[in-house]
Amino acid sequence: MSGKERLENVNPHIFAKAGQRMETPTDWDDDVYDPFDAREIFDLVRNIRDPEHPLSLEELNVVEVGQCDVSDEENYVMVHFTPTIPHCSMASLIGLSIRLKLLQALPARFKVDVRITPGTHASEHAINKQLADKERVAAALENPHLLEVINKCLHPQNAA
Amino acid sequence: MATSLQTLTGHKDRVWNVSWNPQGTVLASCGSDRSIRLWGKEGSMWVNKTVLSEAHSRTVRFIAWSPTGKRFASASFDATVNIWNCKTSDIECTAALEGHENEVKCVAWSASGSLLATCSRDKSVWVWEVGEDEEYECVSVMPSHTQDVKRVLFHPNEDIFASASYDNTVKLYKEDSDDWSVFCTLNGHESTVWGLAFDGEGQRLASCSDDRTVKIWQKYLPGNSEGVPTPNNDPVWKCVCTLSGYHNRTIYDISWCPLTGALATSCGDDAIRIFKEQPGSDKNAPTFDLMLTIPQAHSEDVNSVCWNPSMLGLLASASDDGTIKLWDFSKIF
Repeated sequence: MSGKERLENVNPHIFAKAGQRMETPTDWDDDVYDPFDAREIFDLVRNIRDPEHPLSLEELNVVEVGQCDVSDEENYVMVHFTPTIPHCSMASLIGLSIRLKLLQALPARFKVDVRITPGTHASEHAINKQLADKERVAAALENPHLLEVINKCLHPQNAA
Repeated sequence: MATSLQTLTGHKDRVWNVSWNPQGTVLASCGSDRSIRLWGKEGSMWVNKTVLSEAHSRTVRFIAWSPTGKRFASASFDATVNIWNCKTSDIECTAALEGHENEVKCVAWSASGSLLATCSRDKSVWVWEVGEDEEYECVSVMPSHTQDVKRVLFHPNEDIFASASYDNTVKLYKEDSDDWSVFCTLNGHESTVWGLAFDGEGQRLASCSDDRTVKIWQKYLPGNSEGVPTPNNDPVWKCVCTLSGYHNRTIYDISWCPLTGALATSCGDDAIRIFKEQPGSDKNAPTFDLMLTIPQAHSEDVNSVCWNPSMLGLLASASDDGTIKLWDFSKIF
């Protein structure tokens, strides 16, 4: 994203970040099984950077802890994300970044669905279908240019 | 009831497809590690005989054997289809079919071996003529779908074929004075159609979808006694059965056993399911029973299933978990 390009959302709302996850007494006890919880899923995706702004998805309220659902027992994770504007052309890219992050970070036993919060994007259905199609996701992730853009979102500290 | 015979390991990533040669003596597999592997039987065990490690420059999505089993074709995300000659023990790539704009999702041979069909995310379906000396000439390019085309499959004995797409439809094609065209569009699925399978005689076509259902389509010829209308005097394929409520996620593939008539499905819920038509069920409204579910057939999505064409009840499956499994279902028939 070069600075000369016109931003789609020039002046986005910036939201406060959540605090640190509270430690529980059993966190460091290897004998206690800690199931994945919503906060853990949120912690995985909150620091992904928006492709357009030097801000995290959390700061833009694109992801919220209440929109991360997990059932450790059923090996299921569902993350809803909310594009900042209903015509955001970056929505697929954001969804793909969230999907890749969860793919890399979660154990393979989890089935993951990444979807747009209902009613928050003009092409909600089309983008949801694309994100659910693992063949298209796999092909997209083999595209070096796209992967570079996504990696910048996932690892902003490494970006030039 | 069903026995897991063997787990074949070697692929370094997701395995997309498994395919038996027409004799049932060789299993070909391919996947995201860009390789093609061939497996054969030694004693009672299936072993890896050949690895074509750099078969393509990107994911190898699909393998299709020629009807003689002397050649196979591989479709890749690198936008090409390669033809491999295995007449000798040295497997050689003898042709590369280029033309699709992006990922080729599938390739199919006609029963006569004289035609190939390919399809791609570029929304088009291509027909190729197999000439002398490994020459392949494109004879038709059809932008027949409005979206990504996931699968092509030729009829087992007629020169017609079917395609399945992200646009939720299945289309059937015939040759029409030197060109190819769609003669029937099958509407009914509510999401991407991922897989297709004809029954042994070619009277029925099964399709499986992201809508978590399987549909069975039956052929009705012009002038059929059931009174099904056949516009333009073309055969009509009509949905006679929908299997819903069995699968919990996307159904990626379906295989119709030519020996037993059983249907096997592979699903994103990690399971393999076997269905069979009820004996004596009405031809025009058949009932298929779920005979068996293997809930954790693999530890991740099952992408492909293929019945062995000669060994009764032998099924191969391929998964995101990087493995291929062989199953013996002979005891349930």
